[in-house]
Amino acid sequence: METPAPLIEVEKLEAWYGKRRILNAVDFSVQPGEIRVIMGGSGSGKSTLLRHMLGLNRPVSGTVKLFGTNLANANDREKLDVRKRIGVSFQGGALLTSMTVGDNVALPLREHTKLDEQTIRIMSRIKLEVVNLGGFQDLMPSQLSGGMIKRAALARAIVMDPRLLFFDEPSAGLDPVVSAELDELILRLRDALRMTIVVVTHELESAFKIADTITVLDQGDVLMTGTTAEVRAADNERIQDLLNRRPREVQVDADEYLRRLVGEDA
Amino acid sequence: MEALTRPLAKIGRSSVEALSGIGYAAMLLIESIYLAAFGWRIGQPLRLRAVVEQMRQVGVDALAIVCLLAFTVGIMLGIQFVSALGEFGAQSQVVIAVAKSVTREFGALITAILVAGRSGSALAARIGSMTVSQEVDALAVIGIDPVRYLVAPALIAMLIMLPLLTVFADAVAIFGAALYSAPALDVTPTAYMLQTMSLLTPGDIGQGIAKSFVFALLITLIGVSTGFSVTGGAEGVGRATTRSVVLSICWIIVADMIFSFFLNR
Repeated sequence: METPAPLIEVEKLEAWYGKRRILNAVDFSVQPGEIRVIMGGSGSGKSTLLRHMLGLNRPVSGTVKLFGTNLANANDREKLDVRKRIGVSFQGGALLTSMTVGDNVALPLREHTKLDEQTIRIMSRIKLEVVNLGGFQDLMPSQLSGGMIKRAALARAIVMDPRLLFFDEPSAGLDPVVSAELDELILRLRDALRMTIVVVTHELESAFKIADTITVLDQGDVLMTGTTAEVRAADNERIQDLLNRRPREVQVDADEYLRRLVGEDA
Repeated sequence: MEALTRPLAKIGRSSVEALSGIGYAAMLLIESIYLAAFGWRIGQPLRLRAVVEQMRQVGVDALAIVCLLAFTVGIMLGIQFVSALGEFGAQSQVVIAVAKSVTREFGALITAILVAGRSGSALAARIGSMTVSQEVDALAVIGIDPVRYLVAPALIAMLIMLPLLTVFADAVAIFGAALYSAPALDVTPTAYMLQTMSLLTPGDIGQGIAKSFVFALLITLIGVSTGFSVTGGAEGVGRATTRSVVLSICWIIVADMIFSFFLNR
């Protein structure tokens, strides 16, 4: 299976938050048809990496290419073209609270296609059925439970039949049953709609269940990228800490520690 | 040394912050004008429906309260001018004093302050809570420019409705003044209104309208830019809302003073 052009290519990406470096020269690429899980603890930089891939943050240095288009120097047309081909399901769902679930799902169709209203309605209801929310189109987002919001967000993300789907923390804040259902749904989407899917998560169980390949991020560095088996067998200590839920051993630099305690500029 | 540099650094930082705030608002203004005019060419068409909806919220929904306040201010001006001018027997000048002060100043000012409180804060709260819940990001990745979707309709609606509301407030305020002062001046309210009409020049009303355009820009830009820069969850949204109202009203009053200075030289 030698490689077609990757859908996502990230090269030497650096990101800063104020004076703190979040990503150190990250290289990352995703092939068509795979489910890639980006795994890492809190503060590992995975959300930042995702924001860069979505073109929401501009890289300080390095490049991010989606479908071969560099988002940082693409013009509006090219950017829009890329964005029509990706779908994103945000951590909190990010449904527009001022419209019904059905209107939310139909929004990308209304904005980007010239389909008639009836077709749009049918298409968005089909997607709601796909995520098991058939019949919920007239409710407002505030009337849905957490799991339903995530599924509705997923329906909106896939309504344009994107080739590339991003999923931020699918199981955060959900009970085990619902999150298992979401995992199943992700697998089904890949198989039925041939999507390439990038999932950002810190939930180990769901990561190993859905992933073809896993990228482990830690404090802004890519520790490794490999299949689930390779990641399990990795001898990197940090990866094993993450897999076995061992607390980090924090090394204390005495001088630094004192300086932090008494210094005025933290 | 530290004691000296620290406040300096603080002043510097807040100056830079203020400047970048103004720059950000200017950028939003240019971008929304561009998108309103040429957005359809790059796949970001301005939706008429969104503009009309905003016009309803900014203008039509505010009609009753603008009416009430303008009426009250009209009566208040009538009372003040009748008593103040009466002191040296210049009661006949009440009509022109009310007419000019309402059309040049109070109509525009009262309306703008009211709309800043109603719609400026609503804009900041709406965009702020959308920013916090990642709805703005969601719009962007769907391929909907947040400025086109959220800012441009509000800006256009405000630029249309605030001047209209101002003219309306002018009329109601003068009517209020007529109801109070006509008996005091021994004329009928109709005669009072007719005299006002003959004394007013288009320039007087134009002055108020010109101001209200500037106020509309200020209210919208301050509302949306504070909304977009919200950080820190629900509390941040609350802070941004308050900040947008306070900032808008301050800027409105300052702009009003500057305007009056140059227009009346």
